Amino acid sequence: MPLQLFPFLIPITALALALVLFGGFVALAGANVLEVYHSIYRGAFGSWFSWQNTLTSAAPLMLTALCTALPARLGLIVIGGEGAVVLGGLAAALTGLALIDAGPWVALTGMALAAMLTGGLLIGLVGWLRYSRNVNETISSLLFNYIGIAILSFLVIGPLRDPATLNKPSTHHIADTHMLGALGESSIHWGFGYGLIACVILWVLYKRTTFGFAVDMVGGNVRAAKLSGLPVGRTIVLGCMMGGAAAGLAGMVEVAAVHGRANTSLNAGYGYEGILIAFAARHHPLAIIPMAILFGGIRAASGLMQRDHDLPDATSLVLQGIIFILILASEAVFARLASRRGRAA
Amino acid sequence: MIDDGGQWLTVLIAVLGGAIRVGTPFLFVSLGECLTEKSGRINLGLEGTLIMGAMAGYGVAWISGSPWLGVLAAGAAGVVLGFVHALLCQQPRVNDIAVGIALMILGTGLAFFIGKPLIQPSAPHLPALSLGGWSDNPALRAALEINVLFIIGVILAPTLAWFFRSTRWGLAVRTVGESDDAARAMGLNVNGVRMLATMAGGFLAGVGGAFLSLYYPGGWSEGLSSGQGLMAVALVIFARWDPVRCLYASLLFGGAGALGPSLQAVGVTWGYYLFNAAPYVLTLALMIAASSTKVRSGMPGSLAAR
Repeated sequence: MPLQLFPFLIPITALALALVLFGGFVALAGANVLEVYHSIYRGAFGSWFSWQNTLTSAAPLMLTALCTALPARLGLIVIGGEGAVVLGGLAAALTGLALIDAGPWVALTGMALAAMLTGGLLIGLVGWLRYSRNVNETISSLLFNYIGIAILSFLVIGPLRDPATLNKPSTHHIADTHMLGALGESSIHWGFGYGLIACVILWVLYKRTTFGFAVDMVGGNVRAAKLSGLPVGRTIVLGCMMGGAAAGLAGMVEVAAVHGRANTSLNAGYGYEGILIAFAARHHPLAIIPMAILFGGIRAASGLMQRDHDLPDATSLVLQGIIFILILASEAVFARLASRRGRAA
Repeated sequence: MIDDGGQWLTVLIAVLGGAIRVGTPFLFVSLGECLTEKSGRINLGLEGTLIMGAMAGYGVAWISGSPWLGVLAAGAAGVVLGFVHALLCQQPRVNDIAVGIALMILGTGLAFFIGKPLIQPSAPHLPALSLGGWSDNPALRAALEINVLFIIGVILAPTLAWFFRSTRWGLAVRTVGESDDAARAMGLNVNGVRMLATMAGGFLAGVGGAFLSLYYPGGWSEGLSSGQGLMAVALVIFARWDPVRCLYASLLFGGAGALGPSLQAVGVTWGYYLFNAAPYVLTLALMIAASSTKVRSGMPGSLAAR
């Protein structure tokens, strides 16, 4: 078998194995396994309607995955996507409310820029703290998630609350004309387009520019990068800022395309799922696209799966967990193959 | 109307009681995380372990009628998740942070899935000792209802410190945590030691989960944990990998977590959510303050090396 096929075969095998394990699990819970698979397929990819749901769910996941993938190329493990989504969404909502009388283009551009700036500054700060003060980026970004969620909760329940929102305290609604539109005739909002564009642009940036080269140098060996005169600190902060900006944009998309306001629905786990998508895609911006669509599909299918088979809401969480564990385990198979090839040569 | 002094005393007592009640799960999870990190790995999956422990503990306590069997079951669930974490992490090129997050999702998912039928029934609670009998103040007496698990945790912290400092096994854990090469030179099985440390850490985190469902807040629901498992990772850094300081830090975090609700109870509602963020801001500030030196004292070498 040609070795070039392994990068595709191994994840697919892991995926198949995960489905089998999950099947055993739902069988234990008393559901008909084949019918559950069929429901997942129908709910995620079975019709144009379900495709639209899948791609809509994939939109924020692509952007939050970038928040982990870009710093990972620098050798940093950042898990602050959730905080960047939350604060980015908040910044977008506030900008949308400030620009409520402006034209839609001005308002949407302002919202996107504000969200990207907020997310970028947040994760940029994480990178800066790591570079200049040696603060562990994984822990600091985790803490920023909680701080971000607390700031959002405080503001939407307190000073920024629209008194008309009783059950779910939220900011005021942005102008209806400022909502992010759909792609063509579909119901998929533009957030999916943003995600695709971001993944492709960042892939080009990392593959074809000197900045991308500097990132790979820093990620490979910081001392070598310093010795060859690369601006290591600036590269780290910029790389982190780009990741944060992507996650911030995910928050803007959730506000401008889904909720219309900022509230605690922004804290929906997109940031944490993005971390795993980044690892599953091995931090490759283009590989993030299919992975995000796959997990968007699981999100989209979860309702149908629960209704048709009377399974608890947590079923899709279990499926996600099993898939991620097996994909991570498959990394080890890669590494073993690589070392065996190295020994043979 | 209560005068101002009385009000502040009420808040103080409530924070004290909260520090103990809210701090106990922190204590167990952070001791577990401390043990795992001393061996050179970070387990972010303890959030999943905590929830799994809460569910397993509640379920077994309900079926068997004994809360202590529940605590054991919670620990056993933690051992299983710790085993999976260690098994995956010892494979080449597998990142422990990613495995931790995957196990957090899987553990939470499994607990919610299996625990669905446990939302209704009520299991027996863990017993508490009333140490406030000498006082006439009902608030103080409520605050001094000390759960037995807390007392076990208080004893466990210095025991663990002694274990690291003075036993052969503790030395093995520390060596493996400092340097793979040194450990191998000593003839230690690096992966084996990490496996045991992660499994034992999982046991403690599971017990922390049992405290959540079998004592405070009590009962099984999907909103039981508010991120204590993830917080424990920060807490261990805050405590600089010292079990006794983990005890102080858990009390501090518990107290900080109780500050918002206590203020709310006396009518100060402004900034409730900001007070909830207090422990996180505190940890971050301390991390930044302590970080100017290149390697933080007490940090296991193999954690510092990346």
